[in-house]
Amino acid sequence: MKLQKMAVAGTLESSDIMVTIEPVPGDGIEIQLTSPVEKQFGERIRQVITATLEQMEVTGVCVTAVDKGALDCTIRARVRTAACRGAGQVQYPWGGRRV
Amino acid sequence: MELKDIAQFPFAGELRSIKGMFQESGVVKNTRTLAEREIYHNKIVDSLEEVIRLSGLKDGMTISFHHHFRNGDYIVNMVVEKLAQMGFRNLVLAASSLSDCHWPLIEHIKSGVIRRIETSGLRGKLAEEVSHGLMEVPVVFRSHGGRAGAIDKGELPIDVAFLGAPSCDPYGNANGYVRDEDEKVTCGSMGYARVDAARAKKVVVITNHIVHYPNAPFAIPEHDVDYVVRVDEIGDPTGIMSGATRYTTNPKELVIAEWAAKVILASGRFQQGFSFQTGTGGASLAVTRLLEAEMVRRHITASFALGGITGSIVELHEKGLIRKLLDVQSFDLKAARSLRDNRFHQQISASYYASPYGEGTAVNQLDVVVLSALEVDCDFNANVLTGADGVIRGAIGGHPDTSFGASVSIVVVPLTRGRIPCVVRHVNTVVTPGKTVDVIVTECGIAVNPRRKMLCQRLQRAGLKLCSIEQLQRKAEQLVGIPKPVEYTGKVVGIVTYRDGSAIDYIYQVRE
Amino acid sequence: MKERLRRTMLYVPGNNPGMVKDAGIYGADSMMFDLEDSVSLEEKDAARFLVYEALTSLDLPDGEYLVRVNSLDSAYGREDLEAVVRTGRVAIRLPKTECAQDVLACEAEIARIERDCGIAVGTTPMMAAVESAAGVLNAREIAAATPRLMGIALGAEDYVADLKTSRSPDGIELQFARSMVLLAARAAGIDAIDTIYSDIHNEEGFRQEVRLIKQLGFDGKSIINPRQVNVVHEIYTPTEQEVLQARAVMEAMEEARRRGSGVASLHGKMVDRPVALRARRTLMLAGATGYGGGEDEVQWN
Repeated sequence: MKLQKMAVAGTLESSDIMVTIEPVPGDGIEIQLTSPVEKQFGERIRQVITATLEQMEVTGVCVTAVDKGALDCTIRARVRTAACRGAGQVQYPWGGRRV
Repeated sequence: MELKDIAQFPFAGELRSIKGMFQESGVVKNTRTLAEREIYHNKIVDSLEEVIRLSGLKDGMTISFHHHFRNGDYIVNMVVEKLAQMGFRNLVLAASSLSDCHWPLIEHIKSGVIRRIETSGLRGKLAEEVSHGLMEVPVVFRSHGGRAGAIDKGELPIDVAFLGAPSCDPYGNANGYVRDEDEKVTCGSMGYARVDAARAKKVVVITNHIVHYPNAPFAIPEHDVDYVVRVDEIGDPTGIMSGATRYTTNPKELVIAEWAAKVILASGRFQQGFSFQTGTGGASLAVTRLLEAEMVRRHITASFALGGITGSIVELHEKGLIRKLLDVQSFDLKAARSLRDNRFHQQISASYYASPYGEGTAVNQLDVVVLSALEVDCDFNANVLTGADGVIRGAIGGHPDTSFGASVSIVVVPLTRGRIPCVVRHVNTVVTPGKTVDVIVTECGIAVNPRRKMLCQRLQRAGLKLCSIEQLQRKAEQLVGIPKPVEYTGKVVGIVTYRDGSAIDYIYQVRE
Repeated sequence: MKERLRRTMLYVPGNNPGMVKDAGIYGADSMMFDLEDSVSLEEKDAARFLVYEALTSLDLPDGEYLVRVNSLDSAYGREDLEAVVRTGRVAIRLPKTECAQDVLACEAEIARIERDCGIAVGTTPMMAAVESAAGVLNAREIAAATPRLMGIALGAEDYVADLKTSRSPDGIELQFARSMVLLAARAAGIDAIDTIYSDIHNEEGFRQEVRLIKQLGFDGKSIINPRQVNVVHEIYTPTEQEVLQARAVMEAMEEARRRGSGVASLHGKMVDRPVALRARRTLMLAGATGYGGGEDEVQWN
């Protein structure tokens, strides 16, 4: 999936994470994270963001994330949403698989 | 009749309390009126600087303060600033607790005015700096009962106590309110100050409101006070207390409160004449309201409530549901006014409240206590002092005292706060030992300390579904993941003492 | 379909992570993640992903989970179904249902997705919601439209707007709709769920409404604030008298079974099927509130 433009998902409400994603040259995934639990979960949050983008085959992006104590499922959801918005995608390839 | 010199009596040696013969010339009557005496013969000293000189304070001595003005306190900063100006050094600051507003102490610690701190808690920037290694000597943390006990026994000797008081008469009778005027600074009970006043070598009352003699009934009696100083401001009312502590509407706190109330009702301690104490966190306060409904329904009245008294407890007292209130600290204006006006709302000292030395100590007469915590662990230990990042951010308060004294101690805590787990394998800092914590109530389940088999059975028979503390910890872990452990250096920045003064845990410097 | 209690159906705004993760802690019988009315158009995608991730990775507490999808007419409805049906964990709550065809169209879509995902077709339950005059009038055919339907709900806010009136404290404007929805539900053998009560600060008004709908025969109520859950459960809790009576009925039936007789009797009267069913339901309601009897009874006012 290739990003066409910058996109945002999520809010600054408690338990949420505001994810801004924009295309950058190159193939890397760059992450700027601000989180109240940086010490305890900073590494994990970055891992989740990266894994979610990799699973969606997104490369060449810079992600700015402002975390307010979001759980992994929320992080994944917001990253997916931002990526799809950035790719201008309305339909997500859910695939014919049971979850 | 002619009086023989007493020294000549055969048993004169035995009657040692008789000091020679009466000399009329030694009796000089003060014929001034009370009004005049209040002005000319009193303990009032003109300035803080002068009173410090008169007190005989020297470098290296111990000064003390109470924390009844909470985050609106001006006294600590004002006094330490003056001591700094006067060139004092290496002082020991023994406050009953310290708050966010005490950050100016950072400078005075760096410059050597303050060398050691003894307190129940530290907050804000001061706490962060201490956690990052500000002080050479570790801070000594004590519970309210532990501090009172240490002061009573002389283990924590206080040279000069500086006690802020909303009202004081010229001879030192001090109170936590002004009887005739509501708008002044009010703190209600001065329970923590009473211990210092009774034991310190010199006691200075700092007030913004001198009233006529006698300021009775009084919190601090004049015979404990050496000097009185009047200043313009002693504290910020908005930082001291709210009008009334508000009931929470947070749905999660209400769920926790409901479970906690169910535990109390099923515990076998909810009966006519029971006694209880609740903390002031949202869930703890809500428990009070839930208990009220059952008290009315079952015609049960409590013999007393202890604390930490809030307006909601006062309401129950005024409705006749709680017979007596024992108040070591008033949390809102309603409680302060009740202390002033209600006959059976009794002000008690920290010693009376929670000293570990005394059969009758109030905490030992509790049936139930509901407390909160920053985190609890699989051994039921509770941490109320340091956060998940290892930084000091709270106060011990009466946590270990009430946990020990109460027949059933209940800690209410959400399973997680944001992404921080509150039920963990091992707490960062052990403050209250698990042996004294009986029930942990979260919104996801209730765990009973395996030591309390009878209590466990009672709760189960009442239909409450219990789980193990390990299950709760795993649930928290499943939800938020496994946090990276805090990184510390080898430097000890705080020593946490148990009630009896023994060291129960160390707080290490957080690695930056 | 297994019998379950649906005394409380808690609405959870699907785009709110804080509320989504806590949905199960309040003890409601059913939790409904909403992708429709409580989510703005710009956030439909965000809510969908959030609910999907929550369903697939959170260890959700016991209870029934539903997702209210957007209308299949809109761009969002189909995507919503695609996302959540495959989890195999939820019932689908339809948005405004006007006629049986609405139910069938949605069912067809669900069946297609089930086939695609390898889920046994028919696994996903459905729930209808009537919110208009037409919907209420068609309640009977809606409720009977498919065996997947386990319940039908009334949405009063839109309904009274459609009637060109407004909601009142005693709810007379809802009288017909309530009766219609209830009868349709009973005729089809499914649950009837009453509408939300929006004034969360008016506890007495809420209690009155709950008592009313319970008396009418509703199985439960839609809830928009966790504080409403306990009130409903309390009102739906049988009295001690009712529990004793129900136990007596069950004992009479057990006795008849032991005797090998097909007919049970209690106090000289025959215990027939409706009586037996009511007794079973009473005990189910009693059991749900942990009413164990015994010396340490925990009962709430």
